[in-house]
Amino acid sequence: MSQPSRKVWDIHGGIHPAENKQQSLQSPIKAAGIPPQIILPLAQHIGAPASPIISVGDRVLKGQMIAEAKGFVSAPVHAPTSGTVVAIESRLIPHPSGMSGACIVIDTDGQDEWAKHSGVEDFRSLSKMDLIDRVRQAGIAGMGGAGFPSAVKLSTRDDKPIETLILNGTECEPYITADDILMRERAAEIIAGAEILRHLIKPSKETLIGVEDNKPEGIAALQKAAQGTGIEIVPFPTKYPSGGEKQLIQILTGKEVPAGGLPADIGIVCQNIGTATAIYRAICLGEPLISRITTITGEACSQPRNYEVLLGTPVQFLLDQSGFKKDDCIRLVMGGPMMGYTLQDTAVPIVKTSNCVLAPTAAELPPPPPAQACIRCGMCAEACPVSLLPQQMYWFSRAQEHEKLEDHKLFDCIECGACSYVCPSNIPLVQYYRASKAEIRQAQQDKIKAERSKERFEARTARLEQEEAEKEAKRAARLQAAKDKAAAAVSNPDSSKTDLIQAAIERSKAKKADAADPAHDAIARAQAKRDGKVEEETPAAKTERLQLLIASAERRLTSAREKLALAKEQGGENVEAFATAVIKTEDKLTALQKELAEHQARSTSAPADTGATDPAQAAIARAMAKRAGASADESDEDKTQRLQNLVATTEKRLAAAQQKLSIAQEQNDANVAAFATGAEKTQSKLDSAKQELAEHLAKVSAKAITKEAVSAEQASSNDPVQAAIERAKAARAAQADMSEDDKLKQSIASLENRIARTQEKLSAAQESGDDKAEILADSIAKLQDKLASAKEKLG
Amino acid sequence: MIELIAQNPFIASLLALVSLGVVFGALLGFAAVKFKTEGDPIADQVEALLPQTQCGQCGYPGCRPYAQAIADGDDINKCPPGGEATIAALADLLGVEAKPLDAVEESVPSVAYIREDECIGCTKCIQACPVDAILGSAKHMHTVIASECTGCDLCVEPCPVDCIEMRPIETSLQTWAWDKPKPPEDLIATDRSGASA
Repeated sequence: MSQPSRKVWDIHGGIHPAENKQQSLQSPIKAAGIPPQIILPLAQHIGAPASPIISVGDRVLKGQMIAEAKGFVSAPVHAPTSGTVVAIESRLIPHPSGMSGACIVIDTDGQDEWAKHSGVEDFRSLSKMDLIDRVRQAGIAGMGGAGFPSAVKLSTRDDKPIETLILNGTECEPYITADDILMRERAAEIIAGAEILRHLIKPSKETLIGVEDNKPEGIAALQKAAQGTGIEIVPFPTKYPSGGEKQLIQILTGKEVPAGGLPADIGIVCQNIGTATAIYRAICLGEPLISRITTITGEACSQPRNYEVLLGTPVQFLLDQSGFKKDDCIRLVMGGPMMGYTLQDTAVPIVKTSNCVLAPTAAELPPPPPAQACIRCGMCAEACPVSLLPQQMYWFSRAQEHEKLEDHKLFDCIECGACSYVCPSNIPLVQYYRASKAEIRQAQQDKIKAERSKERFEARTARLEQEEAEKEAKRAARLQAAKDKAAAAVSNPDSSKTDLIQAAIERSKAKKADAADPAHDAIARAQAKRDGKVEEETPAAKTERLQLLIASAERRLTSAREKLALAKEQGGENVEAFATAVIKTEDKLTALQKELAEHQARSTSAPADTGATDPAQAAIARAMAKRAGASADESDEDKTQRLQNLVATTEKRLAAAQQKLSIAQEQNDANVAAFATGAEKTQSKLDSAKQELAEHLAKVSAKAITKEAVSAEQASSNDPVQAAIERAKAARAAQADMSEDDKLKQSIASLENRIARTQEKLSAAQESGDDKAEILADSIAKLQDKLASAKEKLG
Repeated sequence: MIELIAQNPFIASLLALVSLGVVFGALLGFAAVKFKTEGDPIADQVEALLPQTQCGQCGYPGCRPYAQAIADGDDINKCPPGGEATIAALADLLGVEAKPLDAVEESVPSVAYIREDECIGCTKCIQACPVDAILGSAKHMHTVIASECTGCDLCVEPCPVDCIEMRPIETSLQTWAWDKPKPPEDLIATDRSGASA
């Protein structure tokens, strides 16, 4: 006022509520003293709560850091006085929700013993980083009300040069006088803090302190202190809410902070004067932020005044000193009447942002009358300092039209309450905006969470699909491997299944051919014989041929004997074989000699031609018959007869062989082994002959019993299963007629057959590396077991 | 030829129209191929409005299938976690009438909580969780990553020892918000006199 005033701008809207500041300005700042207990919330600022670095029971000293900043946007907490930490627990904190938060509780000891601390004499010798770090370590947060950590605000970026540093001494809200009294009493400290800030920020243009013109004493004190520093004190007309950061910037510089932007975007940094004082104390005295000026006022207090309060002091402690009349107080407000919130309890502590505790009477601050319908008068739009359309936003808020609210720049609303103040219908407009802001923030968070959930869901789905695909690929690979193996088996004709069958067919064909060929050969031979005997070979010639044969046989016999002798001398393994060969050759020789003798006899006596022809004819007939069907030609009776004969002769031969053997053993002949082999062979032949006979007998009886079965077998010879069934039936029927021994013998024979077949299969399987081999081996073992038990029974 | 056309305005106009038709048809055909929209844009938009809890309470195995179903004409009122807000948003997007929620009540936002003492480590809940928000391994205690839990309660059913419960998310200092005031129209005369007294 006294100074030629510089140009100031006006803001849109605004209101002029009753100031009510004089009550608390009647007396100077008073130290509130040390309360018996101090409650320090860990979150006294915007950002992450501090984390305690002391534990319960520790003694702490005044100014000692008890909780450290956690993260960049955070601030540490210090002990305001000496005492003992008694609890780190959830306590009621000053918050509009009336909820509790984590607090460190200290029982004070009254000694107020300082921790070691020291300030810097010349802050200009310190670097910017060093200074900011000191501000951070001092736990300073914006003291105007928001509580934004000052160190963060001061960390200006080099790419955004600051033109103007503004200190906010506006204090536009009614009742509050904390800044006013600070200016009056501690102007020097404010200016000192401003100097530090100026050194830190290095504003290229100017440093301003904006003060409303309702604080002439404060302005005067500041001007006095600021003389010669170049810091300009700018008074401007009182209007609520000029003290808002953006509003003050507009008033002092005419520039508007863009929506959603920061003052630094337009080259301005703004700090509260209380914060400037705290910075001065932190840098120059080394004292962290442990106390602040708080106004206790309202008609329910008989001695309203400003206190220098240790942080953490319960509100009750201050009210007690101010002549608080509880019965008169309608509600306790933390902050001013415009933007403050109701405290539910007087036990809550003063924190870094608590500039005022208002204890009004009912007459002074009556509860708002019930809201009535909006009459669309438009007064709220006139009062809005941010030029918003509160009325529109009210409707949108009620209809939850979040998009339209955002279009109407809801988030530029500073919640000053001017609109509610002027509303003739008493609609609590700001409450709607606050609720809608929270809803929109919640919706945004939900959206982010939904996105993340979706991402995680999709990632999980993808992972599961991939796992499934991998499994599928493995399965496919296994299948392919199996196929490849099969293909390899196909290219190798012996091992594949089809080829096995093919091979089996071929083998059987070959067998048939073999079976046919001897017959064919026999026919050919017989024919040749007949022809030869009829046309060419005279008895003389035959005699000659036979003699030649005998001679060669004799030669072979001699050589065989020689070989045998040699082998015996050398003790070779082949002795037995040689011995057999010698015997065979001897047999042949005898047979030839016999034939020769017969021939000579015949040729001399009988009419040779016819005699020679007839046997040949018979042979041809036999051979032809054989070829036509090995089994069909022989009647059952004939076969039985033949087999019985065979058995009989073989038995005779066996007896002879055994006799020979015993004689040889007695004489200690060299041919003992050979005789033994011969006897054995004969024995085996006899056995097989007996077996054959037994089988034949069984068949015969089976045939006799089940003629239908036989006919069915013949009819359905194409159906192997049917045939097998019939065979089995026949076998069972036959068995029924057989003696126990015969049955066993038969089963032994069939078991042996099966074992032989299975072994064939097994070897085939092993060759082809088939995994059936094991199964086959198993079945062989089983069959052998059965065989053994059958043999046991028989034996 | 040109003479013929010039002398027969009918043929001339016919030719002109046909050629125009061919040209624009080709243009449209080209545009249809060139600017073909991938996927189903409506299903995408619907999906963006769904809460992505993947809870399956709508009867579809996840939010995307339900979004697709809505795009194909299914009802928009089958999402209990989304509640009335989602129905309103969907109605707005699709230009249809908002219907009341097809469920007993909106599900309260909650997170699964495993009573860890009782957990036997069977991993059944892990397999059930659509967003991989449960941590643990066989025969070891499991726990829910609360920040990732969508509250779909799909893990509650499979638990053989019933050690999972859904706990409503509690309001913290960070999540607390001002309540919306009662609309003035809802206040009755006695309230007014009582309040102003």
